[in-house]
Order: sequence, then structure tokens, then C-alpha cells
Amino acid sequence: MQTTTEFGYDSRIEGDVIHTRVDAALNWFRKNSIWPMPMGLACCAIELMATGASRFDISRFGMEVMRFSPRQSDVMIVAGTVTYKMAMSVKRIYDQMAEPKWVIAMGACASTGGMYRSYAVLQGVDNILPVDIYVAGCPPRPEALLDALMKLQNKVQREPLLATLKKPGPALAKA
Amino acid sequence: MSALDLASKLKEKFGELLAGPTEFRGEVTLVVADAERIAAVSEFAKQELGFNYLVDVSSIDNYGEDPRWTVVYHLYGIEHKQYLRLITSVSEEKSELPTVTGVWRTADWHEREIYDMMGIRFRGHPDLRRIIMWEGYPYFPLRKDFPLAGKPSEAPDVAFSKPAPLEGGPFVTSPGGKDAIEREPRVKTFGD
Repeated sequence: MQTTTEFGYDSRIEGDVIHTRVDAALNWFRKNSIWPMPMGLACCAIELMATGASRFDISRFGMEVMRFSPRQSDVMIVAGTVTYKMAMSVKRIYDQMAEPKWVIAMGACASTGGMYRSYAVLQGVDNILPVDIYVAGCPPRPEALLDALMKLQNKVQREPLLATLKKPGPALAKA
Repeated sequence: MSALDLASKLKEKFGELLAGPTEFRGEVTLVVADAERIAAVSEFAKQELGFNYLVDVSSIDNYGEDPRWTVVYHLYGIEHKQYLRLITSVSEEKSELPTVTGVWRTADWHEREIYDMMGIRFRGHPDLRRIIMWEGYPYFPLRKDFPLAGKPSEAPDVAFSKPAPLEGGPFVTSPGGKDAIEREPRVKTFGD
């Protein structure tokens, strides 16, 4: 009895073929599984929690996996007022994150110090970290944070990944 | 027993040391002339008069006047539900008074906060460290001569601080202004 064996591609089983570049494919994997490090420091953290809850459903973007360990996270969402007392700890947690890593400054305080023109408050987290996205608001609505995350996805998608893999990242380049 | 009666009892015991009692809007205040005796007055108020709860200790910077520091103790009795306020003054040269942690243990953190923000020391305090600012911060930021923008400081591996930019601000009150428009907090540029 003769049997036939199909080799290779079977469109009935595997669907359509997509041709792409390695860069684009890797970036696509990356941008849809950006795990946040929730750096909740003040009231913005409440909105961050709302973003993670069911009404706004951050898991649509593959970002629902809030990691409280910097080793496992990709984007640090600095949500709240960064005091000078906290600044070194924020920096240290950022340094512990594995590359690739991104930073979102959520809200007025994290972006510029906000209303705290004061002896105790760092005037913007970009004094110590390289910030990718700034979110306006005091605090920003969850929609604004989701918009920032989508902008971050666009940014990740555009990254020349293979070229950057060959160079040291920002943490190593600074040293 | 009303707060005024309790204050009178305290006054009977200590006599000339205490001025008052004065009453304002139902709140009774006694002024302790010698800050060195504050712990003894507190001890009596707690043990004999039932003021078993120290609500708060706060401090005032009367910058430009002598004595510069005023320390205010808010007392409350949980059984008799009466409040009493004790006020005492400390000169800038001395900047030190006895602790009341031996009377109310809760005074520990209140006194640490005053030390942190104003730089008034409490003799006999079991653990007089900064409580809000970090160890190694060299200034006392709630003093009137400390600029709102802050001053630069550096404590390696602990924290740093820089003056905040104050263009178009901050919101400054002008006490003694001739009308509410002048007195109210509003944006002022420095130098005028």
C-alpha cells in the first residue's frame, strides 16, 4: 500500500507565510511582552494599579505581568514623586534591570518634579535615568499610561535591534 | 473636670514657673518659663492629672527674635477627654531642652522630627537621629533662613540634593502686607 508523505509547508495546517526581517520579528516579540517594573512612589501608583486592573486591561498589550523583581522586567514605570531620599534606590533598581530596558516617567512629578519645587524632591527622574516616554497628568488617567505604553511599543518596533545588540547598552556605555 | 481646672492644678503645683492658663476658643494654654523643667511639668501632668496621651510636639522658628525656638506640646487625657497645650521657649545659642520620652514614649518620633527639621536637640533622647531626611544631610530645612529651593548636598551612595529651579514661583506669602492681595500666597519672583 502506497502512502504519501508531505514535506515542508502545508498551508491547510500552518496558515499563511509571512516574510520579514529578523529585526522586525524580534522587535515584534519584544514589544508584545514588555513586562513593567512598577516603581510606585505616590498617587500615580494608584492609576498604575487601575491600568493593571480589569477595566483597562493592560494584558491586551502583553504588559500585565508586573514584576516586582527588576531582573525580570523590561520597562520601569516611575509612578510618583521621586524624593532625593528615594532617588539612589530608584537608580539602583534601574541598574539591576536586565537590558533591553526602558523607562516611562509617569505624571508631572516623575517628569519634572511637578508641583514640588522643593528641597526634598528630585526635579525630574531624567536627572538620574534615561527616560523614553513622559506622561503628562497629575495623575495621568490609565488611558494616558496605555497610550504611553503603545508609544513605547512603536519605539521598540523601530529599534535597529541587531545593530544595537553589537554595541554595549546605555548602562555599559556610561561606565 | 475641665481643662481649665486641670491647668489650674498644674499651676498650683509649679507656681511661678507657669504663666497662664489662657483660654482661646476652648483651648487652654500654659507657658512654661524654663524649658529645663518641661520634663518635670510633663511628668506631673501625666501621673497626677491624667494627661496620658501626647498628641503632638511641634516647633516654631521665630526667626529674628530672641528666643528663636518655641516648642509646643499638645496633651490629651483619654479618660477625662481634655486637651492642654504647653508652650516653652529655647534660645538659638542653646537649641537644647530635656526630652519627654521618659514621660510619653510617643515623644520619640515627634522629637526626632523636630531635630530633623529645626535642629533643636533633646537631651536624654534615646535615639536622636534624623527621621525624614537622610543621615548625612547637613541642613535643617524648616528653619526660616533655609531657602525653599533647597541647597546642594552630597552624601556618597546615600543621597544628593540640588536647588530646585524657581522661575515664576514659588507661591510665597507676605505677612504684614497691607491687604489680602499682598498677603496671600502667590507667584513672586525673587529680587523685587
